[in-house]
Amino acid sequence: MSSPAPTKKPGKTNRIGLSLKDYKGGASTLCKGCGHDVITNTIVSAFYEMGVEPHMVAKLSGIGCSSKTPAYFLNGAWGFNAVHGRMPAVATGAALANRKLVSIGVSGDGDTASIGMGQFVHMLRRNVPCIYIVENNGVYGLTKGQFSATADEGSTLKNGTANDLPAIDLCTMAIELGCGFVARSFSADRKQLLQILKAAIAYDGTSMIDVMSPCVTFNNHTGSTKSYDWGRDHEGPIHEVGFVPAWDEPDVEFKDGVAAEVPMPDGGVVYIKRLEENGHDPRSKEAALKLLAEDYQNEAVFNTGIMYLNPERESLQDDMDLIGEPLNLLPQDEVRPPQAVLDEIVESLR
Amino acid sequence: MSEPSTAPGSAASAQAEPIVNRLSIQVATVNGSGSQTANNTLLRAIFQMGIPVSGKNLFPSNIAGLPTWFTIRANADGYVARRKEIDVLVCMNAQTAKEDVAGVPPGASVICEEALKLEGQREDLDFYPVPFNKLVRDVCPVVSLRRLVVNMIYVGVVAELIGIEVNEINKALEKAFSTKPKALTLNVDAVQKGIEWAKENITGARPRFRVARMDKNEGKILVDGNQASAIGALFAGVTVASWYPITPSSSLTESLIALADKYRKDPETGKRNLAVIQAEDELAAVGMVIGASWAGARSMTSTSGPGISLMSEFIGLAYYAEIPGVIYDVQRTGPSTGLPTRTMQGDILFCAYNSHGDTRHPCLYPADIKEAYEFSLMAFDAAEQLQTIIFVLSDLDLGMNLWMADPFEYPEAPINRGKVLNEAQLAEMEDWGRYKDVDGDGIPYRTLPGTPGGKGAFFTRGSGHDEYAQYTESGEAYADNMDRIKRKIDGSTKFLPAPEIDGWDNPVGILAYGTSDSAVDECRDQLRIEENLETDYLRIRSFPFSDDVVKWIQKHDHVYVVEQNRDAQMRSMLQIEHPEVSPKLRSILHYTGMPLDARTVTDAIRDAEKSSTPKGA
Repeated sequence: MSSPAPTKKPGKTNRIGLSLKDYKGGASTLCKGCGHDVITNTIVSAFYEMGVEPHMVAKLSGIGCSSKTPAYFLNGAWGFNAVHGRMPAVATGAALANRKLVSIGVSGDGDTASIGMGQFVHMLRRNVPCIYIVENNGVYGLTKGQFSATADEGSTLKNGTANDLPAIDLCTMAIELGCGFVARSFSADRKQLLQILKAAIAYDGTSMIDVMSPCVTFNNHTGSTKSYDWGRDHEGPIHEVGFVPAWDEPDVEFKDGVAAEVPMPDGGVVYIKRLEENGHDPRSKEAALKLLAEDYQNEAVFNTGIMYLNPERESLQDDMDLIGEPLNLLPQDEVRPPQAVLDEIVESLR
Repeated sequence: MSEPSTAPGSAASAQAEPIVNRLSIQVATVNGSGSQTANNTLLRAIFQMGIPVSGKNLFPSNIAGLPTWFTIRANADGYVARRKEIDVLVCMNAQTAKEDVAGVPPGASVICEEALKLEGQREDLDFYPVPFNKLVRDVCPVVSLRRLVVNMIYVGVVAELIGIEVNEINKALEKAFSTKPKALTLNVDAVQKGIEWAKENITGARPRFRVARMDKNEGKILVDGNQASAIGALFAGVTVASWYPITPSSSLTESLIALADKYRKDPETGKRNLAVIQAEDELAAVGMVIGASWAGARSMTSTSGPGISLMSEFIGLAYYAEIPGVIYDVQRTGPSTGLPTRTMQGDILFCAYNSHGDTRHPCLYPADIKEAYEFSLMAFDAAEQLQTIIFVLSDLDLGMNLWMADPFEYPEAPINRGKVLNEAQLAEMEDWGRYKDVDGDGIPYRTLPGTPGGKGAFFTRGSGHDEYAQYTESGEAYADNMDRIKRKIDGSTKFLPAPEIDGWDNPVGILAYGTSDSAVDECRDQLRIEENLETDYLRIRSFPFSDDVVKWIQKHDHVYVVEQNRDAQMRSMLQIEHPEVSPKLRSILHYTGMPLDARTVTDAIRDAEKSSTPKGA
């Protein structure tokens, strides 16, 4: 196993002996200050801290600015920049072929909520194991700033045009479709996002993480509700998220004020701590939907955190009763039945 | 030899000389009335009597209520193409009865419901009115089942009148109702009722069309093309299949599901090593194939024309990013919804050059059951060897109708996964690049996600990439890559089935592909016997075309290209790929949605030969 096989390097390494550098990717070609780059760096940290073997990771995306980012993290992983809005199908196929892969899909609000809505909802419904990140900035960046379907009603384009259609709320939708890991974060809140991502790596199923990620070029002005300023002014974490992996123990102080502990399938634990008044328990679907409804109705509210968490739900592969080993490299004698089977089939056709 | 036609106006044809093992039976019923089992029972019983037989189901796009027809052709010489003329008509549908009767040639026998009172309609036919509705009451006390059971009464009447052996009927019923003993008894009784009634009540002359036992079907099987394709996929070692239901392809993956339940599931743990997933649409179905193949599975999907339209964007990605996959297109009559339950060779051109930009895809054209099975095996190997999508283009006629065939042969060659590098092979390579042409055949080496060693990871993208799979907008790198892919596809003929050629030396050639084969076979005999015209025959079995196709065309004075579409799609492809053959080609086109029959081709060639000025004469 193990990637680039570094000869004993000085400096910090993770539990499988790799350094942070081993989780980096190519240089970003996005605009300077783009929210997506912060998410990219946080992904690098999360995989490093979780000690995931890079060669076991599948990085998937559709089309758009967000979908370029898998080239900017985990060079040691296989990447697939698919067609617009259709990454979920590719993720589904890959998950069936090799269930041992850790799959991370990066999408955007256009890629998910418009052209890709059909595949998005069915991925959630099937619970395809995949960390599905929506880098949500409310506009189509790569085609120079048209509204997307997550733009809030009344928010404006740079030229002042107001959006008069209601926004699609991806978190509400994901919960209603049975997704067992639904979170919302903000690219400027790296601390929270890192914990959410680590928990998502530990989760077995689709984890949908809707990250408000400002577009500095086309949607960072006054009038936008997806700008850095708007986000900083309005973000209200609904709790503090702490993830402790299976091989680690939380220190004593960490456990202070813990409102909920949710064990994950890999042995890690998600700790939910109260933040002043707020201590949303993500195990409650009702509470999550109520929070999201308040957020949707009140334009001054921007709730972030893990909205809903249910690690009990069966993954797609388990639901399909697939064997534990990957299907992709099974030897011939396991996938081609013997002559006797052909004889039996032929006999039945006589 | 074709069946002799009966003399016009011979109402007393029943007294004429019997015609044995050369007949077509047509059963006209209402869709959803359960007649399929009855018709298959007739077909299977004739098959079991050793007489070459074929069946064509002409059904509407409807679950229940619209008219449907089933044609059975028994032919001692082994002709299995559809024949237009009907010898024995079974009228069970009041809605179409008049039209059905009007459509048969003089001298035909008509078995019909007594209450329809059809006897007066024509004097040149032999009518056998049967009180089906009365008879069914006697054998079937359950009112709701009568509509189904009545079909077995016509099975009995037909069997008695034309000579189908009752024990073969019963054997066929045992097969159909092997798990339903109660239904079996009910159906056997109904058949018996029909036989007895006919014996007692039809005292006059019997139809002149008869069947009698032969020994031509020794060892043969009876199966539809979709099932044969699914069996091929099973033995090809498919590991991921995605699909979206669409007529006429649904039964392909449904057959695979049944096979997987039996043969790809651990009987103890219940765990499966073949994943079959029903997608939300065809866009997703092909996306799953591409994702699965990229991650190293042997993947497939089955669809029909409208599905290919939706898949087109992804197919272009797979071509350019070089990802294997098998797409079965069981063609139906398009464009749009068209005639969704009728057959056509309508996606030939669309599949060969599918998607935007410059693309060209290897295609296979199975003509019969043997090829439906064998091309399946071949397609999975070729897809992985060539790292591209392979289309298997069958059609409704092959896919959904029952055909006789020799038993399938177990694949001799081991599964060939093509150029996939594992950790050790990667370690030995100094300078691996995903899209580098190392062997000069245009086929690069690929790696699968999850390969350890830290050397094989690469980025797959539909945007411009260089030999190392790095993003680039360099025009030179783009052109080099596209040229290499062209070399790869040009060289693909060695992985694909060669054309089947019968004769090089006659001046007139016939070129066909897919299910036109059975009609062309019969047509060539008709031309020989009736017109004294000897023809050569080339059947295209794959695209791109091998050199032999061009040589063979050039060797002939002229070549008739027989196709089941309006626009001469294969001829167009021949002209695109090899413009020099253009002057030799003449089209014979059939596009009514019905399977091609020999007479249509024979008439067209005869007329064309007569009207053309003999060359050099």
